[in-house]
Amino acid sequence: MNKARKNPFNTLAMHGALILYTLIALFPVFVILINSFKDRKAIFREPLALPDAETFSMIGYQTVMKQGDFFLYFQNSLIVTVASLFFVLLFGAMAAFALAEYRFKGNTLMGLYLALGIMIPIRIGTVAILEMMVASGLVNTLWALILVYTAQGLPLAVFILSEFMRQVSDDLKNAARVDGLSEYAIFFRLVLPLVRPAMATVAVFNMIPIWNDLWFPLILAPAEETKTLTLGSQVFIGQFVTDWNAVLSALSMAILPVLILYVIFSRQLIRGITSGAVK
Amino acid sequence: MTALTLTNVNKSFGDVHVLKDINIEVEDGEFVVFVGPSGCGKSTLLRVIAGLEDATSGEVRIGGDLVNATPPSKRGIAMVFQSYALYPHLNVRKNMSLALKQEKQSKAVIEERVAKASKMLNLEDYLDRYPSELSGGQRQRVAIGRAIVREPKLFLFDEPLSNLDAALRMNTRLEIANLHDALAASMIYVTHDQTEAMTLADKIVVLRDGRVEQIGSPMELYNNPANQFVAGFLGSPAMNFMPAGYVNDGDERTMGVRPEDLRLADDGALSAAVQHVEHLGGDTNVIARVKNTQITARLFGQHAISQGETVTLGFSPERLYYFDTEGARVQ
Ligand SMILES: Nc1ncnc2c1ncn2[C@@H]1O[C@H](COP(=O)(O)OP(=O)(O)OP(=O)(O)O)[C@@H](O)[C@H]1O
Ligand SMILES: [Mg+2]
Repeated sequence: MNKARKNPFNTLAMHGALILYTLIALFPVFVILINSFKDRKAIFREPLALPDAETFSMIGYQTVMKQGDFFLYFQNSLIVTVASLFFVLLFGAMAAFALAEYRFKGNTLMGLYLALGIMIPIRIGTVAILEMMVASGLVNTLWALILVYTAQGLPLAVFILSEFMRQVSDDLKNAARVDGLSEYAIFFRLVLPLVRPAMATVAVFNMIPIWNDLWFPLILAPAEETKTLTLGSQVFIGQFVTDWNAVLSALSMAILPVLILYVIFSRQLIRGITSGAVK
Repeated sequence: MTALTLTNVNKSFGDVHVLKDINIEVEDGEFVVFVGPSGCGKSTLLRVIAGLEDATSGEVRIGGDLVNATPPSKRGIAMVFQSYALYPHLNVRKNMSLALKQEKQSKAVIEERVAKASKMLNLEDYLDRYPSELSGGQRQRVAIGRAIVREPKLFLFDEPLSNLDAALRMNTRLEIANLHDALAASMIYVTHDQTEAMTLADKIVVLRDGRVEQIGSPMELYNNPANQFVAGFLGSPAMNFMPAGYVNDGDERTMGVRPEDLRLADDGALSAAVQHVEHLGGDTNVIARVKNTQITARLFGQHAISQGETVTLGFSPERLYYFDTEGARVQ
């Protein structure tokens, strides 16, 4: 493997492939960005051209700012995504720890039951969920969304995290017990830091679908003050005319927070710290 | 006073009966080694003593107090694990002081004890390093240091040397022996290595299949094994077993003789075909075949014996051990 790495041709080929992939992946984002800064005619005449002095226009951004309370939508999306991720990770990790660490009757059965949700799409239950939310008065609140997304994210989180927690050495947990750490301390201060890469993976997996979701915001929280960004952007897409300037500008701004969250989580993916625990 | 008393301790995992009626006493300041083949329940027994597993039945007393329902951290014990089990996200100093912090000791006490332990173990230069930045031997010393700072009534070691290479193992073994002298604490040490057991122990407990086979000082067990298992387990190379009929027509018993009790003798009782010779300099190990049994003779000094030769081996009759078909010692 070392030989292959040192060979300049291999290095070149490897970097070439990676750069090509990066370009392909970034291309749509790039197109959205440049076009969001052009006027309507320029978007259609030359979609791939960079904005110049003549075609440059902030009209899209201006429309977005004027139309509705865009910052509120932004804030709603952020609250819903961050809160849902927080609850998914917290409850998912707790359930995973119990399943991985303790021997009790029905442990395997419980694990299977919790994992079942991976195979059944939560949208099948939309009507029942809506009835439940109406009954509990949660319709048109952000809580409705947070609860649903938490439920949606939990099965996979429990499944992945319990697998990782089983790999945390028993000796390590026992050493902590002998040292007088409570089970909570072992969970929060020993096991959680060690499964951080897995937590970051779960967070990234869950973040994008929540941020982009249109279904549940439309059904459970369509009120003006609880609209999410995706739902709010829909006003620009009409049946007959679509305000492309506004759509592209809204999309450009929507990319930012996800990008920031992703950078935060992906830093956690770096392992390193776990080595040297045992052996 | 006794440091540890186990009375009729049993442990089952579901249907699997792992520990069977264990009765052991450890005196204050004693170094006791649990030895036995892999899977015989040594670690499980240690974990029951530590409180990491509950005994299914029986009594565990530490320093005279019944501790069956006491959590591990309140039992006055400290444990060193086979895999070191250092906290990877804490540096050496914090690894060692965590338990003291949990006990709400004052800063001064913590600092003093960590300083003392790290001096004893030559870890002073490494206090700010993380476990991943240490060698295997250093990690093992940190694990021992973490036990020392707690000043426990009873130390528990679970195969602490099994991850180290041979040279380091010997050094660390000496260090542990010195530590025992310096601290004058009671220690329980688990191993499946009979050399470690013989060299370290005041008292050896031989376990097999979850049962205590024999308890005694190393020399008692060596000179006076209660059964064929103990006789074969302690001593290296292991004791030779062969049908007593080889030297005594019609005898149904099994005869045991230690390799070091065999000698070359023209009028010896055993005629052996040499299969392999190990020249160790100080000793010569001869592996040979007597009828259908392979035996080992350990001859003092250097001997010019080569493969394929036939030699006659003798022994003094009082150095023989006899066992019945069940493996129990008989006269
Ligand atoms: N949690 C458990 N559930 C079921 N059986 C177990 C459990 N822990 C241990 N055992 C069984 O108990 C027996 C003794 O295990 P133990 O770990 O005490 O062996 P050991 O003497 O320490 O062996 P080694 O020298 O290999 O460490 C083994 O047969 C093992 O399969
Ligand atoms: Mg073991």
